[in-house]
Amino acid sequence: MDNPFGKITTLEKVLELFYNGMTVMFGGFGGVGSPPTLIDGILEKGIREITLIGNDTGFPHIGIGKLVSQERAIKVIASHIGSNPIAGKLMHEGKLEVEFSPQGILAERIRAGGVGLPAILTDIGMDNELVSKNKPHFLLNGKDYLIEKALTAEVSIVYAKKADPYGNLIYDKSARNTNPLVAMAGDITIAEVEEIVPLGSLQPDEIITPGVFVDHIIPSKGVNWKWAWE
Amino acid sequence: MGLGVDYRNTIARRAAEEIGNGMVVNLGIGIPSLVPNHLPNSMMVMFHAENGITGMGPSPEKGKEDENLCNAGGFPVTLNQGGSYCDSAIAFGMIRRGRVDITILGSLQVSGHGDLANWIVPGKKVPGMGGAMELAQKARKVIVLMNHCDKAGNPKIVTSCTLPLTSAACVDMIITELAVFMVTSEGLLLTELFSPYNLQEVINKTECEFTISDDVRKINY
Repeated sequence: MDNPFGKITTLEKVLELFYNGMTVMFGGFGGVGSPPTLIDGILEKGIREITLIGNDTGFPHIGIGKLVSQERAIKVIASHIGSNPIAGKLMHEGKLEVEFSPQGILAERIRAGGVGLPAILTDIGMDNELVSKNKPHFLLNGKDYLIEKALTAEVSIVYAKKADPYGNLIYDKSARNTNPLVAMAGDITIAEVEEIVPLGSLQPDEIITPGVFVDHIIPSKGVNWKWAWE
Repeated sequence: MGLGVDYRNTIARRAAEEIGNGMVVNLGIGIPSLVPNHLPNSMMVMFHAENGITGMGPSPEKGKEDENLCNAGGFPVTLNQGGSYCDSAIAFGMIRRGRVDITILGSLQVSGHGDLANWIVPGKKVPGMGGAMELAQKARKVIVLMNHCDKAGNPKIVTSCTLPLTSAACVDMIITELAVFMVTSEGLLLTELFSPYNLQEVINKTECEFTISDDVRKINY
């Protein structure tokens, strides 16, 4: 495959971008659409004290859950940890800080980070202490709103169905979920893809994430976990 | 029908009566997931999932599951004709913009004023709110399906929720195995009673006071 933009690379090469104490944002919803090869690479490299940002903490052995279960994260910003009991246990033991954000607001905070906005105004969870605590309010047209800060990360990892050498991405069905948002919010974005196709072979109208947002592309070794329904 | 009836399907069947052709409907896990089984095949309903599916269809046959086509609970589903995929931000945009007609969800407690508490049990279960706050606050109609009492026999319809609220004054309708309530500005109004239960049983098992409709429908499916 031609590599005119130098974006197509290897797992070994992109793992050089990971270090202890960093912030990693990940795509996926309940493990669906999370990049399995990158997650395993981060695990094997022994990266620790990660702040993870993403929809949820997966299942104990599925998706980002693997990193959480092996105590590689010190903090997660997520909307839900219920499908990963180990995350709940670590939180109660004080080994994992969890910042909960309502799911759609989390998505918008990530999107805002990805499109260069510092924050968003919302009216979700205003009467909920856990959501509204320590957040500034803003009065607009006589209505009170919360200011929710945008989120970015040092590295974003996403999973896509196809990439061309520029990093234009298309996703597979519901595995899209948070991936297009996360792809925009990384200072560096790595796309793990099922298939790398030649330039010009993706229909321009069908591209979901323009390659502008993607820095590195690696081929996926595929999902290597057993799904909860299997 | 007497004891031993599949009360979960009874509740789901009653909830299905609220759904009309062309509606966009979001279903929670548990009893709400049984609702589609009680809709006529001819009805076109767009089931919405927070992970970015509009037009979700039933579970696939065993062996035909697609790991990249799952509902918000992580279980394989299918896509109906006219269905589409979108990212999570758009999926919640549909909710916040008022395009989701009905959300049907379970709950731990509901107050007489329609306060919803369905997301944490402090010190025991803290899973996070997921998409519940947005759905409760922004879906056009919020229907709660739940057992009338918890496993210890305590009423789940209460004067004031003791568990942390997901959202205040958001519930429009409550359906339990005993009865159906509308949430009005004056509090709860009992409108329907499931066979074989009687009003006194409902009063005994409900903590808050409620008004009884002049014309209570007796449901015996």
